[in-house]
Amino acid sequence: MSDNGDKRVDQPTGTEFVGHEWDGIEELDTPLPRWWLIIFYGTVIWAVIWTIMYPAWPLINSATEGVMGWSSRGQFEQELAAVESERAPIREALARIPIERLPEDSALMDAAVRGGRSAFQVYCVQCHGSGAAGSPGYPNLNDDDWLWGGDLRAIEYTLTHGIRNPDHDETRQSLMPAFGRDGILDGEQIGDLTAYVRTISGQQEPNRAAMRGRTLFTANCAVCHGPNGGGLREFGAPNLTDRIWLYGGDSDTIRDVITNSRHGVMPRWGHVLDPVTIRMLAAYVHSLGGGEDFVEVAEDPGVEVDERP
Amino acid sequence: MNAPSPVLQPPPEKLYEARKAVHNKRIDGSFRRFKWLVMTVTLGIYYGTPWIRWDRGPYAPDQAVLVDIANRRFYMFGIEIWPHEFYYVAGLLIMAGIGLFLVTSAVGRAWCGYTCPQTVWTDLFQHVDRFVDGDRNARMRLDAAPWTWGKFTRRAFKWTVYLIIGFWTGGAWIMYFADAPTLVRDFWAGEAAPAAYIAVAILTFTTVALGGFMREQVCIYMCPWPRIQTAMMDEKSLTVTYKDWRGEPRGSVKKAEKNPGAFGDCIDCTQCVQVCPTGIDIREGPQIGCITCALCIDACDKVMDQIGRPRGLIDYVTLEGAERERAGQETPSTLRTIFRPRTIAYFMIWGGIGLAMLFAVGTRDRLTVNAIQERNPIYVQLSDGDVRNSFEVKIRNMENRPREMTLSLEGLEDGEMWAGSGSHEQGLREFSVTVPADQLLNTHVFVAAPYQGEQREEFRFVVTPEGDAEAAASEDAVFERPGGTQ
Repeated sequence: MSDNGDKRVDQPTGTEFVGHEWDGIEELDTPLPRWWLIIFYGTVIWAVIWTIMYPAWPLINSATEGVMGWSSRGQFEQELAAVESERAPIREALARIPIERLPEDSALMDAAVRGGRSAFQVYCVQCHGSGAAGSPGYPNLNDDDWLWGGDLRAIEYTLTHGIRNPDHDETRQSLMPAFGRDGILDGEQIGDLTAYVRTISGQQEPNRAAMRGRTLFTANCAVCHGPNGGGLREFGAPNLTDRIWLYGGDSDTIRDVITNSRHGVMPRWGHVLDPVTIRMLAAYVHSLGGGEDFVEVAEDPGVEVDERP
Repeated sequence: MNAPSPVLQPPPEKLYEARKAVHNKRIDGSFRRFKWLVMTVTLGIYYGTPWIRWDRGPYAPDQAVLVDIANRRFYMFGIEIWPHEFYYVAGLLIMAGIGLFLVTSAVGRAWCGYTCPQTVWTDLFQHVDRFVDGDRNARMRLDAAPWTWGKFTRRAFKWTVYLIIGFWTGGAWIMYFADAPTLVRDFWAGEAAPAAYIAVAILTFTTVALGGFMREQVCIYMCPWPRIQTAMMDEKSLTVTYKDWRGEPRGSVKKAEKNPGAFGDCIDCTQCVQVCPTGIDIREGPQIGCITCALCIDACDKVMDQIGRPRGLIDYVTLEGAERERAGQETPSTLRTIFRPRTIAYFMIWGGIGLAMLFAVGTRDRLTVNAIQERNPIYVQLSDGDVRNSFEVKIRNMENRPREMTLSLEGLEDGEMWAGSGSHEQGLREFSVTVPADQLLNTHVFVAAPYQGEQREEFRFVVTPEGDAEAAASEDAVFERPGGTQ
């Protein structure tokens, strides 16, 4: 439109026209309010300061770092460190206390159980399930049946060293022979043994096969599972007389286990997790309902126990 | 192109009107004395209540009224409220609301005129003005005077008094939230919680700002109550009324003597305007700025006494009474207007809620039990063949003493339970627990029962305080089995 130098002024307001007209309606060149301008320039200045203080300008491989030295990762690490230092006294106390005496300090035990619960949700749920209820082949940690022992110290040991880790000397280790596959027993004998195991676990009435199986059991199985089938924790040999079955208590499964054997594996966590987290996990598993009391075999009564938290 | 528009010069319009300061004149009279009384009582309650002691034994604070936010308890004399009982506080608020309806329908905006904190504190600050600067005329002169050293010192002194009152008000407020004597000591020793200092600072500021400077503007521009109360008033609510049929036309005593019969009773002395704390002219009729404090009644009655005319040119009258009086009919007595079906109905509702709450408080349980079932896993097979469920049992002891309680199973005939770190061999039908005074006890309880049985068997946890079987509490629960009856 017309911008030919002659400024026209809207009389009622005293404001110049911009020169745009639509059907007789014209646009005025109203000046910006001063407060608006101040804020606008303020934000410009603010933005400049900001790009100097904080990471802003992208470069080829990185970005300007800003004079404050701030980074989101750095902030995260700071916050993490703050949480760590907040927890430090609890972790220290947990590291110091002999684990079998942990239940005496109920506040510390509670803290350990809470910490263990969250660690469990990260490291253990893949096999044992979010409620630690397990599944066939993966033990239910809520019950009162333990392959390797259910007191705090035994659980801590299992967690630290794992079960059947071939690269680790201290790992829980035992290997049940594959009686069928290796030709130690023939099919009929395995059938008799199966009947016997089902009898001692109360799943069927004693019969002739079971009677035959009893002799076989004494000869082949009792050395690990005990003369009565009650299991032996030194070898991680399960109790065959109770109602809890890791792989299943039906005839087919028992027959399969005797024939082919099973060597369940649990990773060791001693080289992955710090000792305090392992203790927390042990406390959590112990608290699920099956935890056993530690029975002291007094070997060295001269050991001083530091009870301070 | 259009021709330039004709020049229009709109008159300079002021979009903002400065507040006209209210310098209300001192007045004495029955309503003024009543206001003194109300002010003494309400401020006395506000400043004094936190200092009342109330013995609750060794396990609870001994402050009569205490809002213990940290421990989530509210104490009010013999009553202790837990957070889950907050509906009692809601009930009190409902009573306050209906009480306001009751008062408004009976005596109009009496809340505004006498007991509203804004009114009470404004009144207090106006007395400070009068004490420091003198009465109405002196204050108006001082306001108009240039800023001299003398004016400055007077103002500084007055504002210091304002600040002291504000600080005292904020200081009294925080006493309701902690043990008052301890808090006073901690406050001055610099050891109180930051919230205490912040609360005092904020309340000091609001008290001085609202009471010292904003005053009637709060009532006229900010407060919703005048609008709501106006809506709740009817033609039978008492309100301060200038009887224009008697007062108009206005004329001085001299004029009336010269011209008998031509003038009404109002001599236009403007005493009613001068004493008004909100600076209105009641002769313009009922208005939102009128808080019905009735000081103009005191002022007008005094003038009428002096000139020998009957009192009551300005008076508490209902709208209906005013109509009748204007028409020369007999007006109903004040008592008749106050006790009418509407006010009686409000009173019944108000009293009914109060009685119901008193009854509820008197008979409420001071012991509850709650059981939350562990759902993951919902049941566990034990090695002896039994099934185990586990529950988080929460026992709430709301008495101010530790209590020995027996937790027992009701139903689930073959079931046993044990707490926390026990085992099935230690299972019992009942065991005792000590619940600390005024605390919630959280116990993890394992319940085991034979494998055979209903898939979902109902039973109950029962908690019986030792030696008080009457007070037993129970909670329904369900024992779940994997297979159910086989």
